[in-house]
Amino acid sequence: MSASDRERLIATVADVLDGVGHVAVGASSPIPAAGAMLRRALDERRGRAVRISILGSARHNFFTNGSAELFDCAAQGRIDAFFLGGGQIDGEGNINLVGAGDYPRSSPRWPGSFGSGLLYYVVPRVILFREEHSPRVFVDKVDFVSAAGTSAPGVHRTGGPYALVTGLARFRFDRERRRFVLSEIHPEHGLDDIRDRTGFEFDCAQDLRATPEPDKETLALIRGRVFDELADAYPQFVEMLRGSE
Amino acid sequence: MTDFVSLEALSARVPNGAVVALPADYAGVAMAATAPLIAGGARDLHLVCVPTGGLQVDLLIGAGRVRLLETSAVTLGEAGGAPAFGRAVRDGAIALLDATCPAILSGLTAAQKGVPFIPMRGLIGSDLLRMRPDWRVIENPFTAGDAIVAIPAIRPDIALFHAAEADRDGNVWIGRRRELALMAYAAQTSLVTVERIRDTSLLDDEVTAAGVLPALYVGAIAHVPKGASPYGLWGEYPADTAEIARYAEAARSEAGFAAYLDRFLGAPAFA
Repeated sequence: MSASDRERLIATVADVLDGVGHVAVGASSPIPAAGAMLRRALDERRGRAVRISILGSARHNFFTNGSAELFDCAAQGRIDAFFLGGGQIDGEGNINLVGAGDYPRSSPRWPGSFGSGLLYYVVPRVILFREEHSPRVFVDKVDFVSAAGTSAPGVHRTGGPYALVTGLARFRFDRERRRFVLSEIHPEHGLDDIRDRTGFEFDCAQDLRATPEPDKETLALIRGRVFDELADAYPQFVEMLRGSE
Repeated sequence: MTDFVSLEALSARVPNGAVVALPADYAGVAMAATAPLIAGGARDLHLVCVPTGGLQVDLLIGAGRVRLLETSAVTLGEAGGAPAFGRAVRDGAIALLDATCPAILSGLTAAQKGVPFIPMRGLIGSDLLRMRPDWRVIENPFTAGDAIVAIPAIRPDIALFHAAEADRDGNVWIGRRRELALMAYAAQTSLVTVERIRDTSLLDDEVTAAGVLPALYVGAIAHVPKGASPYGLWGEYPADTAEIARYAEAARSEAGFAAYLDRFLGAPAFA
């Protein structure tokens, strides 16, 4: 049986995480959490340990020092990868989690910047994850910068955007050129599709390819162990995914 | 000394204009205190969300009790955005101090230590920083040319939260939810609702003592079983996600919010 769109996204996230030692996942992020769990399961088979901290999970979160511990760890360089989203993301990697229109009377107003004001700057591999791939999300310039994609020389910057994973495609971020580079397009979509639905300019990788299907072993891990682990923090989401298998 | 009082008496200790620190939805929200707080008439509140807010904050905003909101986010989690917050922002009905989680935690840590500010990384180049004239970019005094942001101390009048257990001396067991201790250290006093009050001291056993907020910081305690509901309480009971979703749906319109609030004020404990 072939993978669903979301199962393919989980596999893509796990691939983007290849090589990390400690990945943290924020609240309300079931697909990134599943991707991190898949990474851990795949690396275990290679005899490699990946630590994951899923906020909102009792069983997959070892922090004991309250909400500060994630940020303290990140500021010290103890977290290799984290996920951020945004109501708007622009071509230079700036993210807006606050709202559209003129601040402070944003409309619509989104929840807020959460930890992005620090994490985007100090976590080496920040993966921008947003399923909706549309020109209203991927804009030329964000209305409010919750966290900046790049910094001027001299600003302490040990982290930043590394990849952008959407419901249609995968990009990597070129920090020198401050631009996204399209590297994978999910099946049933074309480059014109991506251009039409992206409000910023981007480059195409020389090895641009269709997103690969997860192999049989990976798919079995997702549907078995990963969904079992994910159910602790996201029971309804897992029920929905299993229902669509 | 810590006073043991009713839920209503505890809520009445929040004066108009108070700076009130409230925990995030997973950390022990004193939900049951929300209704008496609204019914008791407290207004012009300055809420400090540690570091994010949810249902309690949205209810207080919708009920018109909030003058200033200092937060990293307001969200109903999987139930979606906070409707009353969204309307209040659009209408300019509340003033905002938009923050990021570690900045709020840094501000409280500065207050805990009795120092004027704590420096933190990040923020430079963002509109978050541009909109916060109270946050200052300073030079690291130890490394020339290294810019860093100084976050001033946040000193709440009151920390209001819910925990599993207190003893008769006013010690409160918070386990690994250390942000509750941070709030309490930073605030003038803490108002705490608890599931249980035990007769033996929490400090008698090293295992429980490690997770104790000492009575020194605790002004008053009210015994309120299921006091976090419909939020859950770590190690005690899960969140009632259906109720939170019902609120999210109802509060989409102002009329729906008003109807929900009426029912909420009639059944404060949500037992």
